[in-house]
Amino acid sequence: MAFRLRFIKDDTKFPFMGFRSVSFPLSALLSVLTVLAFFSFGVNFGIDFKGGTLVELQAKGSVANISSVRERSNALGFGSIEVAEFGSPRELLLRVELQTAPTTAEQERAQQNVVTKLRETFGNDYEFRRVEVVGPRVSGELVQNGTIGVIFGIIGVLIYLWFRFEWQFAVGAVIATLHDIVLTIGFFVVMQLTFDMTSIAVILTILGYSLNDTVVVYDRIREMLRKYKKLSLTDVIDIAVNATLSRTVITATTTFLAMLAMAIFGGEVLRSFSLAMLFGIVIGTYSSIFIAAPILIYLGLKTGGGIKGDKDEDAKPFPGKVLAPASRA
Amino acid sequence: MMRISRIKTILILLATFIGCMLALPSLMNESTRKSVFGMLPSWVPQKAVSLGLDLQGGAHVLLEIDKPDLIRSMTTQLRDDVRRVLREQRVVLQGGIAMQPRGVQFRITQADDRARAMPKLRELSLPVGQQLFGPTGNQSIDITETPDGQITMAYSELGLNERIRRVGQQTIEVIERRINIDGTKEPSIQRQGLDRILVQVPGLTDPQQLKERLGRTAKLQFRFVAEAGAADTEQMRNRDSGQMISVERSVITEGEDLIDAQASFDQRTGQPIVSFRFNIRGAQRFGDATTRGVGRQLAIVLDNEVISAPVVQTPITGGSGQISGSFTVEQVNSLSLLLRAGALPAKLSIIEERTVGAGLGADSIQAGLMASYLATALVAVFMIVTYGFFGVVAIIAVTFNVLLLLGLLSVIGATLTLPGIAGIVLTVGMAVDANVLIYERVREEARMGRSAISSLDAGFERALSTIVDANLTTLIAAIVLFFLGSGPVRGFAVTLSLGIFTTVFTAFTLSRLMIATWYRWRRPSKVEI
Repeated sequence: MAFRLRFIKDDTKFPFMGFRSVSFPLSALLSVLTVLAFFSFGVNFGIDFKGGTLVELQAKGSVANISSVRERSNALGFGSIEVAEFGSPRELLLRVELQTAPTTAEQERAQQNVVTKLRETFGNDYEFRRVEVVGPRVSGELVQNGTIGVIFGIIGVLIYLWFRFEWQFAVGAVIATLHDIVLTIGFFVVMQLTFDMTSIAVILTILGYSLNDTVVVYDRIREMLRKYKKLSLTDVIDIAVNATLSRTVITATTTFLAMLAMAIFGGEVLRSFSLAMLFGIVIGTYSSIFIAAPILIYLGLKTGGGIKGDKDEDAKPFPGKVLAPASRA
Repeated sequence: MMRISRIKTILILLATFIGCMLALPSLMNESTRKSVFGMLPSWVPQKAVSLGLDLQGGAHVLLEIDKPDLIRSMTTQLRDDVRRVLREQRVVLQGGIAMQPRGVQFRITQADDRARAMPKLRELSLPVGQQLFGPTGNQSIDITETPDGQITMAYSELGLNERIRRVGQQTIEVIERRINIDGTKEPSIQRQGLDRILVQVPGLTDPQQLKERLGRTAKLQFRFVAEAGAADTEQMRNRDSGQMISVERSVITEGEDLIDAQASFDQRTGQPIVSFRFNIRGAQRFGDATTRGVGRQLAIVLDNEVISAPVVQTPITGGSGQISGSFTVEQVNSLSLLLRAGALPAKLSIIEERTVGAGLGADSIQAGLMASYLATALVAVFMIVTYGFFGVVAIIAVTFNVLLLLGLLSVIGATLTLPGIAGIVLTVGMAVDANVLIYERVREEARMGRSAISSLDAGFERALSTIVDANLTTLIAAIVLFFLGSGPVRGFAVTLSLGIFTTVFTAFTLSRLMIATWYRWRRPSKVEI
């Protein structure tokens, strides 16, 4: 047949499990660094979570005068207003912090006043492409709902996998997923991307993608455990990971390509969404192979008789398919 | 797995065809859609998927009932009611009525006064709570009485919530009328939780006017114009003349008791008048007051301005009456409108606002389309390079997958948002995964020396169970996202969930059908993927 690109050779026998002595410390280190970065740089929270006003302006002329806008907006006396170019020299993004006032109702009125004043000031030279005002009450709830969403998502998955697989698989998948979430937050911190409601969607999507990937590997591990009852768990996992490796790489590549298109052409509004998704695809793929799979060894998954639904298949592995026992097992 | 009965084949093709027909309107722009579907019979689906405010431009305003203000006005009303009851029972208080955070406190020292007043005071409280299994015994006002005659009346939590719920309903009605006054726009007004109202107006890019209309603290009250030398009065501006008028502080009744107000003509004189009608409570209060005050001027107060001050001609006890004067037709029209729609029962605060200009919306659609095309092209090239002929099959499956997704979105009336487009792009990436899983599995089986048909059979069967498992876990995350997310994020969750359904559907049916057809046609002895 015609020429085909093979990314993974058919009889790849890479001893992935041997790398757990590298991958676990590495991931632990990255997680710790994330936590450190989280507390030292802080997350660049968007107005969804912090409250405040965001305005996107487009110059009616060909170029926006950023310094004049900065000067004029800061003269309004609403605290420091962040003015930045947004996507092209014609567009500007203004961020006004949450206004302070004794009561929330007054705070909300003050916020409205900001918008009115900005419209008066820039309405003649600029088109208001986007105006977002989030009050203190709403932002508090969004933080709460976002956190609850992630927690419930994880619990739901935990329960499903527990019923469908052994408990070790459920715990392993959740640990791998938490790993991905922590590192994604780290990505937001390091890149100083704006963290808003869409970022919660990113985290849940990465959660979904990473789980999808993990479940495919787990599915195969379960199958191989039924098949090869005499082999050690390490070997069985290696066989399973190698068997699914081609799929893992191809799927990660197609999803990555699709999101890459989104990052390049999807527009400024979804930029941080797409960038984080790209990171998530890489990290989700990595964690399925290097975290989710080897953690089963530590969680004490039983080989042989311990697996439900044993089919008495020929326990003899195919001659060409046996892996050498991993050296560092 | 590779044998598909004729009836199944027909059903699969039919489902795919219907899905594509449903998706078709969404792929055309407004004008082509009109001209194409103008020629087709009306049963042909022509509903396009509706675009979210972030794509078509528009205003999204989330309002919240100002609770402290509402409680304040409720307690003021309670104080007035108590005062009226006590006056009717001819009870004289020692000291006044003290205002408390949620009610009032006063002292009736004489036991016989108390015996007379208490039953009447208790009537001010209404039963609240679930009525399904009869009254729950809960009251809107908690009344406590100490032996030395100190009486405390305070709104209960249930009473308060009941009131907020009612106020919310009235507010929605008022907002609907206010927005629809000049409306060619199609606003959507929804209740969110107990005390919030979400107003969305597509196409509106400067909601300043809308906000003024919504935020107007307009509160309608009927009060007597103060007689010379009366105590407890305040000065108010006359809206038309600008003169100050002295009116009594005590409120007879408020706009929330007003059921209807209409512009009409006096049958005898032919003059323009405003006729109005109160609910029972309003009628009673209004009746009492007008009986006492024949010949006095009654001020109609809107937002602390007197909009009219007609003289009470006769007692109005039936609950309906009319306001006459030297009005023009325009004046009665606007007065009746103000009476009808002008009275928001409580102050509203704008707690969230999101406005997207039409320009940005169009740019976003453009960017989203561009990204979708590029994503599809990249994935297609990659798949063909990797799988050759089978790559083409996968691309056809993914294309139909996206069409089915669009069709589903328009059928259930979901809204496509910008994150929703991202969801579609993600679906393109992940839908390929189903095919990859199948192909890799088939290839593995073939490498173990199985025949073409047996490796196809085994490959499909094993891969499909993996596909279901993997997609179900993603679905769980998407469903949680739907229930806890708001606005655009919800749109993303909907496309992602539906994308999972169409992915599993096309993997089970269309991909299988195409490969089975190919197998029957070529009859290969070995599959080379």
